[in-house]
Amino acid sequence: MKLITAIIKPFKLEDVRQALGEAGVQGLTVTEVKGFGRQKGHTELYRGAEYSVDFVPKTKIEAAVPDSLVEQAVEAIVSAAGTGSIGDGKVFVSDLESAVRIRTGETGDQAL
Amino acid sequence: MKVFDRTLAALGASLVAMPALAGAEELDSGNTAWMLTSTALVLFMTIPGLSLFYAGMVRAKNALSVMMQCFTITCLVSVLWAVYLYSLAFGDDIGSFIGALNKAFMSGVGYDTVSGTIPETVFATFQMTFAIITPALIVGAFAERMKFSALLWFVLLWVTIVYAPVAHWVWGGGWLGSLGVKDFAGGTVVHINAGIAGLVAAIVLGKRRGYPQTPMKPSNLVITMVGAGMLWVGWFGFNAGSELAADGVAGMAMIVTQIATAAAALTWMFAEWLSHGKPSALGLASGAVGGLVAITPAAGFVGPMGALVIGIASGFLCYIAVVKVKRALGYDDSLDVFGVHGVGGIVGAILTGVFVDASFGGAGLDEGVTIGKQVALQALGIGVTIVYCAIVSFIILKIVNAFVGLRVSEEHEQEGLDLVLHDEQGYNLT
Repeated sequence: MKLITAIIKPFKLEDVRQALGEAGVQGLTVTEVKGFGRQKGHTELYRGAEYSVDFVPKTKIEAAVPDSLVEQAVEAIVSAAGTGSIGDGKVFVSDLESAVRIRTGETGDQAL
Repeated sequence: MKVFDRTLAALGASLVAMPALAGAEELDSGNTAWMLTSTALVLFMTIPGLSLFYAGMVRAKNALSVMMQCFTITCLVSVLWAVYLYSLAFGDDIGSFIGALNKAFMSGVGYDTVSGTIPETVFATFQMTFAIITPALIVGAFAERMKFSALLWFVLLWVTIVYAPVAHWVWGGGWLGSLGVKDFAGGTVVHINAGIAGLVAAIVLGKRRGYPQTPMKPSNLVITMVGAGMLWVGWFGFNAGSELAADGVAGMAMIVTQIATAAAALTWMFAEWLSHGKPSALGLASGAVGGLVAITPAAGFVGPMGALVIGIASGFLCYIAVVKVKRALGYDDSLDVFGVHGVGGIVGAILTGVFVDASFGGAGLDEGVTIGKQVALQALGIGVTIVYCAIVSFIILKIVNAFVGLRVSEEHEQEGLDLVLHDEQGYNLT
């Protein structure tokens, strides 16, 4: 099992959700986050007062998937979230030791 | 207030000697209907117009506190107006300086009392809404750091010692009006007065903690835009209503208000666009308010093209004052009461003296008065207001500071006034 964590542009969430669904991913957790990468922040100007905003709003999605699905899932995120411009985000894949479905007590791939 | 001046001039001293004469005037139902409407429009400028305009510009933790201040000022000044303020401003003249207390407790103002061609009840309520908005405007200068109790004391003293006399000088038969200073709807009485008091208050209270290094982003510019729109609409009551009649001058006041406001808003927007690369909504709204302020003293006196020039000049000069000068001088007038109302009021008052001339499409200068003389008179009105307002406001602030303290503690300022002063929060979004 792997945990896929992706940081994407907020407006791409719906596309990514759909692409992951088509790739066979059964569940997803979404969080609104702020951060910066190479895109850096932006500046805002109010009546001449300039504020630099270092952290850009992004959306974080997390999905636990069986090993067999990892490649398709990552591919789905990358193609759905990409715009070609700076700030598209990143995908991280990490090992997942165990998973339990609370309702039934199933574990491992069965729980995903 | 032109008609009122004219009435006073015509009746002269006999009015004071025989107050019954005032009741002999013919009541006009058309004028009365318009003034009832105008009065509601001017109140609408403060609640909710100005309250929303200001609340959106402060940080979320203080949004309710500025609305609370505007709303409370509305209530406090209304009561004071009925008890003694109306009489101080519009009672029998004492030495061209202040009104007598003959109208305290609205004494003698009844069903049949007429002021000009409208019921005196309507005149008194219309004037009340001006006395309400003036201190409410000042709130923007010390927003996010003043104690609520200190605010109430400040407003009580300020409307009594500053607003009422200045209103009397210009509109109540006092010396500035008699000299020929032209202030149609309150450029001097309302806006320069509020702008100067705001500047003095901002300096006496000192900067907000962290200003200007810490970002202090407006919490909700959408409601600021809504408030600015309400101010604009309400301003027709302010300016066209100040004719105190539904006639051609009121109509001209209306169209010049619209022209100057639109021109000022565009000027600020384009100035910002050129200098910073992008036009902003807050800039557009700020320019509109600057234009509304500047056309206020001029409204019944200038023509449409005069209004266009006044709008462009005020939009540009308010922009410079707010965006460049305030930064350079380093005082913290939180919501730019001086930069918009002080500067806009001064620009409008001066240019009124120019564009009132018939050759610029204005209503025409008084007999034997040149443009130069009128501008000098306008400058005198401005200068007197600035000096009197600055000195007295400073003293009032020092007195209030000595008795109750002006500022909340550093900790409370950090936490936000909504919670520490009112045990409430404007926004409970989570």
